[in-house]
Amino acid sequence: MGVQEQYPFDVESIRDDFPILERSVGGDPTTPGADEADDTDLVYLDNAATTHTPEPVVEAISDYYRSYNSNVHRGIHQLSQEASVAYEEAHDRVAEFIGAEGREEVIFTKNTTEAMNLIAYAWGLNELGPEDNVVLSEMEHHASLVTWQQIGKKTGADVRFIEVTGDGTLDMADADAKIDDDTEMLSLVHVSNTLGTVNPIADLAALAHEHDAFVFADAAQSVPNRPIDVAALDVDFLAFSGHKMCGPTGIGALYGREALLDAMEPYLYGGEMIRRVTFEDSTWEDLPWKFEAGTPSIAQGIGFAAAVEYVDDLGLDRIEAHESLLASYAHDRLTDLGGVEIYGPPGDERGGLVAFNVEGVHAHDLSSILSDHGVAVRAGDHCTQPLHDELGVAASVRASFYVYNTVEEVDALVDAVRAARDLFA
Amino acid sequence: MGLGSDMYRQQILDHYKNPRNHGELEDPDFTHVGENPSCGDTIRVDVTLNDDDETIESVGFSGDGCAISMASASMLSERLHGMTVDDLDELDTDDVTEMLGVEISPMRIKCAVLGRQVAQDGARIHRGEIDPDDETTLEG
Repeated sequence: MGVQEQYPFDVESIRDDFPILERSVGGDPTTPGADEADDTDLVYLDNAATTHTPEPVVEAISDYYRSYNSNVHRGIHQLSQEASVAYEEAHDRVAEFIGAEGREEVIFTKNTTEAMNLIAYAWGLNELGPEDNVVLSEMEHHASLVTWQQIGKKTGADVRFIEVTGDGTLDMADADAKIDDDTEMLSLVHVSNTLGTVNPIADLAALAHEHDAFVFADAAQSVPNRPIDVAALDVDFLAFSGHKMCGPTGIGALYGREALLDAMEPYLYGGEMIRRVTFEDSTWEDLPWKFEAGTPSIAQGIGFAAAVEYVDDLGLDRIEAHESLLASYAHDRLTDLGGVEIYGPPGDERGGLVAFNVEGVHAHDLSSILSDHGVAVRAGDHCTQPLHDELGVAASVRASFYVYNTVEEVDALVDAVRAARDLFA
Repeated sequence: MGLGSDMYRQQILDHYKNPRNHGELEDPDFTHVGENPSCGDTIRVDVTLNDDDETIESVGFSGDGCAISMASASMLSERLHGMTVDDLDELDTDDVTEMLGVEISPMRIKCAVLGRQVAQDGARIHRGEIDPDDETTLEG
């Protein structure tokens, strides 16, 4: 024993909620689902890409389809009313979870990327000009980087990047230099999906607000694994995805201050978001529906709220402690292995992920060999190509942890990395 | 064990660690560079032809990438010797996996065929069939 005794909750009973963790791998990957050829235990360490879905969330989704499937905000009939209430209350649950004032401040989107694009189009395209600038960091995910880069091209606004230091943290002096009185938006990743760095969002938000800039937090890698309160962070916008926190794909949330969202024009037009339509003109529905045009992802929204309930029950402080325990342990063991280059800050100062390369082994080869040992990791640039350019590598392998991962699974990762290293030696 | 360990049989590792025909040729008849942006693999292929302007005399390859792409390019460089440009043009994905002698997992096929694609596009440019400015990029 040892490290296991520090688990903040009963990991084995959590694992019982995730039947997928019991399956094996190794058979034909061209047909989905387990088969007889699968003979290797699955070790799933790709949670920063997507997490698995616990039974209560699967049940919430299937319960909707089995017993009250209907479109929302359309019919007067009972099923539609039941679906509408559940879908609206899902907004309330998400709002409460992140400390928002209410459902008016929580727009359901497809994912974090769509939330980013919503602000970029609804606000950025209308408000930015050649004299303005938007400040990002070098560790932004493409969701933010590409979006603001392209909005910059359309509006003439300068897009700046706060530099990342050698230890994988933001250069605060550079932040101070780049955020100025022409800065209209600071769009910053909270926890880096590549480096694991936890950025000081509240400090930088305060700095940006001194210059009357808005602050957008990309919280895709932080809301799932640590307590988040939008008021404490003092951000104007914040986005995250359901599928990285035990929820289904196809659903995410954009938080925005009500007054700001109220003043913004819709990003998508159509049904659901209107109040009164004539051939000549239209008026908009109240928040948040003004930004949810068309039939929304109803089952996913309901599943999202169930996922929030699930992780909230586990306790976000305990999830943070568990991820930190595993990331720190993985960092130490991979370092001890030798020939492993790990990116980002030290083990106890990072989110629950470790990106690395093994000397002499290309990241894609490493990932293939790990997969053969049943270990699922991400290989590639993790949607941070410019950051990888800065790191001087084309790709890296990333192991990322969640509530159901164990110390033994980290050991399996390390054993597989050793096998890959020996194969290429 | 699944496809992964099969992919890294001795022959692949040997070609990766000791690549054949590695380097750039002096005065090649055609040269082409291609990349697979999703993994950062880049391969350059240089080819010289016999006086008939058809038969491949020598091949040099260089670049940076994973074991599958580099070993595949190395094996291809040996295979191409003495082939005609028409023969090269007819090489398909099955020919490449057959040459490698291992089953390539679906996500790695793009790695395996990069060298072949670069050589074929180089030959097509040489024959004036495609624009020299066309880039060889494989998504995947």
